Amino acid sequence: MEEEMHTDAKIRAEIGTGCSPRGPGCSLRHFACEQNLLSRPDGSASFLQGDTSVLAGVYGPAEVKVSKEIFNKATLEVILRPKIGLPGVAEKSRERLIRNTCEAVVLGTLHPRTSITVVLQVVSDAGSLLACCLNAACMALVDAGVPMRALFCGVTCALDSDGTLVLDPTSKQEKEARAVLTFALDSVERKLLMSSTKGLYSDSELQQCLAAAQAASQHVFRFYRESLQRRYSKS
Amino acid sequence: MKETPLSNCERRFLLRAIEEKKRLDGRQTYDYRNIRISFGTDYGCCIVELGKTRVLGQVSCELVSPKLNRATEGILFFNLELSQMAAPAFEPGRQSDLLVKLNRLLERCLRNSKCIDTESLCVVAGEKVWQIRVDLHLLNHDGNIIDAASIAAIVALCHFRRPDVSVQGDEVTLYTPEERDPVPLSIHHMPICVSFAFFQQGTYLLVDPNEREERVMDGLLVIAMNKHREICTIQSSGGIMLLKDQVLRCSKIAGVKVAEITELILKALENDQKVRKEGGKFGFAESIANQRITAFKMEKAPIDTSDVEEKAEEIIAEAEPPSEVVSTPVLWTPGTAQIGEGVENSWGDLEESEKEDDEGGGDEAIILDSIKMDTGVEVSDIGSQDAPIILSDSEEEEMIILEPDKNPKKIRTQTTSAKQEKAPSKKPVKRRKKKRAAN
Repeated sequence: MEEEMHTDAKIRAEIGTGCSPRGPGCSLRHFACEQNLLSRPDGSASFLQGDTSVLAGVYGPAEVKVSKEIFNKATLEVILRPKIGLPGVAEKSRERLIRNTCEAVVLGTLHPRTSITVVLQVVSDAGSLLACCLNAACMALVDAGVPMRALFCGVTCALDSDGTLVLDPTSKQEKEARAVLTFALDSVERKLLMSSTKGLYSDSELQQCLAAAQAASQHVFRFYRESLQRRYSKS
Repeated sequence: MKETPLSNCERRFLLRAIEEKKRLDGRQTYDYRNIRISFGTDYGCCIVELGKTRVLGQVSCELVSPKLNRATEGILFFNLELSQMAAPAFEPGRQSDLLVKLNRLLERCLRNSKCIDTESLCVVAGEKVWQIRVDLHLLNHDGNIIDAASIAAIVALCHFRRPDVSVQGDEVTLYTPEERDPVPLSIHHMPICVSFAFFQQGTYLLVDPNEREERVMDGLLVIAMNKHREICTIQSSGGIMLLKDQVLRCSKIAGVKVAEITELILKALENDQKVRKEGGKFGFAESIANQRITAFKMEKAPIDTSDVEEKAEEIIAEAEPPSEVVSTPVLWTPGTAQIGEGVENSWGDLEESEKEDDEGGGDEAIILDSIKMDTGVEVSDIGSQDAPIILSDSEEEEMIILEPDKNPKKIRTQTTSAKQEKAPSKKPVKRRKKKRAAN
């Protein structure tokens, strides 16, 4: 029964249609994650969503410059580098969003006067970049062993002109959409940590996208759990 | 972060091992580490792994006006970035020496050797040429950055396809990848850098030093060569003095190594080409080895969003309606407007504030304080009215200084002049002024 749904969803995904909020048919693209692939950073992860790929490296808790130190918690820094050209304002704004999400979950008070640096490198961008960055950052923080109160994941939804909801859109779908909404959700109660939206939508559409993102986040968290189970299966 | 210094015992250990012709990873003196090349879904994107050193390369193109003194040639731009994830010591502003050295070497190797035909990048002479931009990002630093970067650059350039352009008289048509297949760049030869590390004043030599070996080396010799045994660039740094036959020997070794590496590159490019033509899966997702325990894949997952509408309606029904916000704009002067009242003034009682001002400043301070308090008072009056209120912007210098608890009776102006006329002020204020003058 599940297999049928699988192939059905694949076919529909191939055709490239989204789904109406009423019927099932939204799907997340193919996911892949590799952890601990870099030798220098304390933790690293490469997260792939379809053709979008982001590499994250985490250093921390480590020495912090006196000018940046906070007396009672860790200083979290996020650096996002685009693939082509120099980083600009869009990267700065994404860095801030990711940093706010990480600060909400990382237990910084366990490591005061230290720095935790998350460096993200865009390896390829084919839609849902911010969500992929959030997922890569979370996996890298887990790999580095940074204490967190919950895991977090990013999910992107796009609303096209007739109100159809598409989860995990490709760049083509994002361009043609009327609104693109990205949410960061935590793993404990699937509460909203961060939201970044672009475009025009009504408040009922916002709540629908949020509910859809919460449903999608279950899959992402299951993916996290299974990948970590695999990793620690031989110890 | 500061670079952790290498301990003396580690340094001695490495040098003694090199003297006995042993390397820590078990390689021979002239052995290269394993080179692994993987391609992404876009053309011109590749990741090269030289042992654990990892470099990401991406080529992009853009139509621009040519340089004035080279009107018929395209422009090449190389940029190597040492990402902060490559090593903890790579902070912006801290690695400038190394960065400049690597970038310059890369430019000499690729641009000055004329490996890419820039004449073929010209579209309309003097007006439009292609600018090819190669961005390299070092992702992990385990020694020998320059070799990995040069391999990544040349692989990315060979892999890249630029959009097809056709010129008919005055008309230039740029075809999208859907309309016409993109065209590869015209590359004459593939220069590849080979690094040699020297130890004990040139006595011992190692090819492809890793990070530890680089830390204890005396000097580095980099030879960029192509498979036709033509030297494209040669650079010796570190101040070591090499004999002529040492350099010649190194160039012979480089010739052998470059031939092997070029063969590897051509095979990788051919494989990728074949996979794309046959319609198989390509990209970084495929290069993640399935057998690794640290890697995990999940196929497309369908999400059931059938109850999304009902959930949303529930949430909206339960939520409180948004509070009514009435915004009445107030226009202070042309160009300065105010919407809303803001929070209560938390500066406290400004009249009692112990500001240290000199005489001239003293008056200003008082006036400023009053103005600030005025703002708080006036707005509350205005808020009840509907129409926007325009305050007088006449240039009269008359100022009325008001007590904070009384309603404003006169409209006061913004004074921008440094010299302020003593307006007919109320007595308590005058007294205050005198006090400060006494101070």
